[in-house]
This record gives sequence, C-alpha cells and structure tokens, in this order.
Amino acid sequence: MSPAKTTTVNTAHSVVEPSARSKRIAGTLVIVYALVTMLPLAWIFLTSIKSPPDSISYPPKILFTPSIEGYCNLFTTRTRQTPEYIASLPAPDGVCDAVTRQRNMVIAGPSNFLPRFTNSLIIAFGSTFLAVGLGTLAAYGFSRFKVPMADDLLFFILSTRMMPPIAVAIPIYLMYRQLGLSDTALGMMLLYTAVNVSLAVWLLKGFIDEIPREYEEAAMIDGYSRLQAFRKVVLPQATTGIAATAIFCLIFAWNEYAFASLLTSGSAQTAPPFIPTIIGEGGQDWPAVAAGTTIFLVPILVFTILLRKQLLRGITFGAVRK
Amino acid sequence: MADVTLKGITKSFGKGGAKRAVDGIDLAIADGEFVVLLGPTGAGKTTTLRLIAGLETPDAGTVSIGGRPMADLAPASRDVAFVFQQYSLYPHLTVYENLAFPLRSPARRMEAAAIDARVREVAKMVRIDHKLENRSTRLSGGEMQRVAIGRALVRRPSIYLMDEPLSSLDAKLRGELRLELKRIQKDLGATLLYVTHDQIEAMTMADRIGILAEGRLVQIGTPREIYADPANLHVAARLGQPHINLLPVGLLPDVPAPPGTTTIGARTEHIALAREEGGNARVDWIEHLGDQNHLHIKLGEQKLVTLADPDVAVSPGDRISLSLRNPLYFGQDGQRLV
Ligand SMILES: Nc1ncnc2c1ncn2[C@@H]1O[C@H](COP(=O)(O)OP(=O)(O)O)[C@@H](O)[C@H]1O
Ligand SMILES: [Mg+2]
Repeated sequence: MSPAKTTTVNTAHSVVEPSARSKRIAGTLVIVYALVTMLPLAWIFLTSIKSPPDSISYPPKILFTPSIEGYCNLFTTRTRQTPEYIASLPAPDGVCDAVTRQRNMVIAGPSNFLPRFTNSLIIAFGSTFLAVGLGTLAAYGFSRFKVPMADDLLFFILSTRMMPPIAVAIPIYLMYRQLGLSDTALGMMLLYTAVNVSLAVWLLKGFIDEIPREYEEAAMIDGYSRLQAFRKVVLPQATTGIAATAIFCLIFAWNEYAFASLLTSGSAQTAPPFIPTIIGEGGQDWPAVAAGTTIFLVPILVFTILLRKQLLRGITFGAVRK
Repeated sequence: MADVTLKGITKSFGKGGAKRAVDGIDLAIADGEFVVLLGPTGAGKTTTLRLIAGLETPDAGTVSIGGRPMADLAPASRDVAFVFQQYSLYPHLTVYENLAFPLRSPARRMEAAAIDARVREVAKMVRIDHKLENRSTRLSGGEMQRVAIGRALVRRPSIYLMDEPLSSLDAKLRGELRLELKRIQKDLGATLLYVTHDQIEAMTMADRIGILAEGRLVQIGTPREIYADPANLHVAARLGQPHINLLPVGLLPDVPAPPGTTTIGARTEHIALAREEGGNARVDWIEHLGDQNHLHIKLGEQKLVTLADPDVAVSPGDRISLSLRNPLYFGQDGQRLV
C-alpha cells in the first residue's frame, strides 16, 4: 500500500452547473410566476362551471356546486316559457334540456358559437399555413441568394409590423369593402397572412442561415436540383424553426381581436369578437362567456403541447442544442 | 474516370474582386491520378475544388473534364463527387440513407435493388457496414469521415474532389484512413484531387503534389521532386520534419554557394555533425521523441534543428563541428539557385 493514499474526491460541482441553492430559487420563482399567470385562466375555468347566479355573487364564491349551464348556454339559444307549457312537454332530452327547463326556458336552437369557432380554426390555421409557407420560401431566398438591396427589403418587411393595427384598420376596411373581402374568411386569412409573413420571414431566415449551405451544395453535386435539395435537405433540418414560427403565427391569428371585430360581423366572424357578445337574460351570461373562452384556449394548448420541444428550441433561437 | 484540366482559373471575392482567392491556376490531372494540393489555410484550396465542382464560377479561365468544357454547367451535370471539409453528413438521415442519397437523386434513377447492393458494397469498403442503421449524428469522428468518403465512393464520377476530409481526426485515425483511402483509390483506379494542409498526407498519398500559396500553384511534381528539388523557399519550407533550417549565406565560409545566393536551406540530410572539442557549433538542447531526437544546435547566434538517432552520444553544451552536404541555395527573390 502506498503511504500517500490521498485520493481527492471531487465534490465541487462544475463551473457551469448552477448550485443546488440557485436551482431551488429559480424553481420557486418559476412556480410562483406560473401560479400568478395561471390564476386568471383558473378563474375563467371556474366561472365556466358556475351557475349564472353564483358567477355574479359578491363576495365571489370559492366553494360552489358545479354546473354545466354555462356550456349549455354557450351552444344554444333559449326562449322563456310558462311553467304550464314546460310541464306539458315530454321528458327532457339530455342534460342541457333539463338544466334549461329549471330556468323556465326551452332550447330554441343552436347558438352561433360553433360556426364562429370553426371560422377561427379555418382562418387561423389557414393563414398560419400561408404565412409559414411564404415565409420559408422568402427566408430561403434571402438566406441563400444575392438579393439586390436585401437589407432594405428585410427592413421594409419588418416595418409592416411597426404600425399599430388600428392605424391601418380604416384603409383596410375601405379596401376590403371595395374588393368584396369584408366579412369573408378569405379576406381575414389574407390579412393575417400579410401581418404574419414579416414575422415568419425574420424568424425563419435566422433558422435557415444556421443550416450550412454545404448540405445543399452536396445534394446539388449529387444530382439534385436546387428545389429538390431544398425539399430533401433544407426542409427536414428547418422543422424546428418552422414549428416555432408556426406557433407564433397561430397564436397571433387565433387571438387577433381588433381587425376581427372591425372587418367581420356575420358569416366570417371569428370567436374573439363573438364570445364577449354572448348575452343571457338581464345582461352578460358570464358562465357562457367563460365556457367559450375555455374552449377557445384548447386548440392553442394542444398545438403547443404537441410542438413543445420545437417551441423551446425555437424560442431560444437555436441556442439550446438537441 | 476522366482527366481534368484547369486553364488559368482565377476567382476573386469581395467588393470589386479585392481578394484573389485563386490566381491563374493551370493544372492537368491525368485519368486515374491522385493529385494533392498542399497549402496553408486561406491558400485557395477549397475555392479551387468549388470551382471545379461548379459551386463557384471562375472570373477567368476554364475547367474541362474528360475534354468537355464545363463553363455554365450546373454542379449536377459535371459528374464530380465532393467530400466537404465540414458538415459532411446529413444529420437527419441514417448512415444507410446518407450513402444512398447520391444514388437516389432524380438525375440517376437507379433501381432500389441496385442502390442497396452498391451501398452495402461501399459500406464494406470504408468499413462502416456494421453501423448502417445508425443516425449519422451518432457516430464517432472517424466513422463520420468514413461515411462522408463512402458517400462520394458510391458514385463513379469523373473525379473525386476531397477537401481536407481527415483534418478533423486525431493523428492515429488520420494515419489509418490515409492508408485506406490510398488503397481504395488504387483499387478503383479513381481520379482524385485531394487538398490538405498536412504535408504527411500529401507525401504519403499523392502521385503528384501541387504546392498552393496565396491562390497560386507554385510548383507541381512527384512527392520526391517537391521534397528534394523545391522551386523556391516557400515550397522548401512546406515539407520536411523538422522544418528546414534557413541560414544566411556566409555563416559557413566553406560552402560552395553559387553566385547570388542569399539564403541556404539545410534539412537533416544536408547536415553533417561530429563531436569535436573547439567545433564551430554547440548543442543547445535535445528533444527526445522516442525513436528519434531533435537536436537543437547553435551556430554562433543561428539556431538549427536536426534529427539525430537516440544513440548519438551528445549532450547539451557539447561542442560539435557542423558542415553542410549539398544544401539548397536560394537567391534574393526566394527562388532556388542550382
Ligand atoms: N465566399 C467567399 N467570400 C469571400 N471570401 C472568400 C470566400 N471563399 C473564400 N474566400 C477567401 O478566399 C481565400 C481562400 O479561401 P479558401 O479557398 O477557403 O482557402 P483554404 O481552403 O485553402 O483554406 C481566403 O482568404 C478566404 O477568406
Ligand atoms: Mg478550406
């Protein structure tokens, strides 16, 4: 045995690894922040399962009997009837029917929520698809070719986002009326595409710049055309960036309120301007509004969860590898 | 396979062509020849290969492959294969898919069975057949370079262009792959233009070495010629371990230097040493490399380094006599004088 048995046990953590204490503090901060930001969402969800009287009681009720009335009211229109008439009806058909009758009302038909929600889906996903598609092509062009005045063009593209939407709302309103695009899904899709394309070009150019051009060059030497090389080599490597960009575009188009309330009123109206107008008897039907909002959150939630990995890398603009 | 000829190709970059990357290169590569262009970083090696592949357009000069002028021909139509210095594999594909990629190109339209046979054959050749289904990002550096070389070898192009394919590897692997590459090239009878900054790669693999400096092809010849018969100081300095010793003329009075000589170049084989009390030089220190020693010598104020067998019995501080046997002579402009 060697007398110098001084094996140094390396307990020091690495320099770049944060200490346990700072990790705990960071974790606590994140949780507190998450709770604060999630409180309104939780409140909306709770309101959606309250009965209308509970939803406006003061002080607000924390404990209450959950009710499905908000969701029933969201999807239906109802008319008031005399108790005698209701008593003469056959047994209620489904939960909503029963709940409605307790309020001395009967279901008259479906509400406009479903068509409005469908409009939102079509317009938001359609415009996201267009913006990301056009943005990818433009970003690739800016990234790989010598575009005359590329910097000026890129600045111009970005500058379209510098104005508040309200500043251009009136001209667009007039233009759309002339073109017959007011209150059409196509009009809204084009408008959101136009707004999002600038964001898409800028984000995607960053991602595509990071893909070494040697990959395409290798493909082109190996007998592929530029377009084929783009499809086989660039697109697969840009998926992260494309997914992240798509989420940003989708969130904008999904939540957009100002243009939607100005340019749509009937058949092309989207959910955001529709939801706050849900009126019950004697004022706003808060549980129904909350139910609409809750359902409105679901698509973004699903999309984000599906693409969360790409989103994380996308938000950090490629800084987090793997 | 085919012969490749470059005539006066020139390429500049930057505003108004401020930076000459390649400057009037003339080069004829014979069918089945292994030519290595040797030059330091920035010498224009990559640019030369890119000009041949058609990834860059020359400002002047012509490239022809198999006698056919290449001007205005797209890279896909030139029938060359390229191994890039970096980013050699598609990260989103497996090893198999990487190897099959060139064969699956629309220009080639090979049948799946033929592709499969070819991929497996080449995978064996570059000894990567046990990892065909691996993601290409899950390979070691040596394996990646094998696949990169394999991806060129699946095709039978007119010429293989290789841009420092081994430079990112450690010395041992580099040595192994060097041998393998040379063996494969011989077996295939392939025409190969290989660029590197590593003199050992150039010396061991090349049929002919071209010395590239600042975009110019300074000298071209067999490894022996380039080593023993350098055209100028620059070429002499590129080859040889340890580095050639450059002495001002007159330091050793009895050297028969031709008129006009300003510098004498002395490699190990030009230096004769003997231990001698009162000799003209002194051993400064000795670096032990194992099989050999580097002897650092002081001749007056001039330092020299030479190789010596480990059993040469000298130690630091010893006086020695130093004389030169047929060294290289260079004139004022750096050109060799004979
Ligand atoms: N696309 C380019 N734009 C501007 N300068 C370039 C470009 N490609 C190469 N160069 C310049 O040309 C010179 C030669 O480059 P290169 O051929 O890459 O050298 P090597 O491969 O021998 O290191 C360098 O000075 C380099 O900076
Ligand atoms: Mg290079």
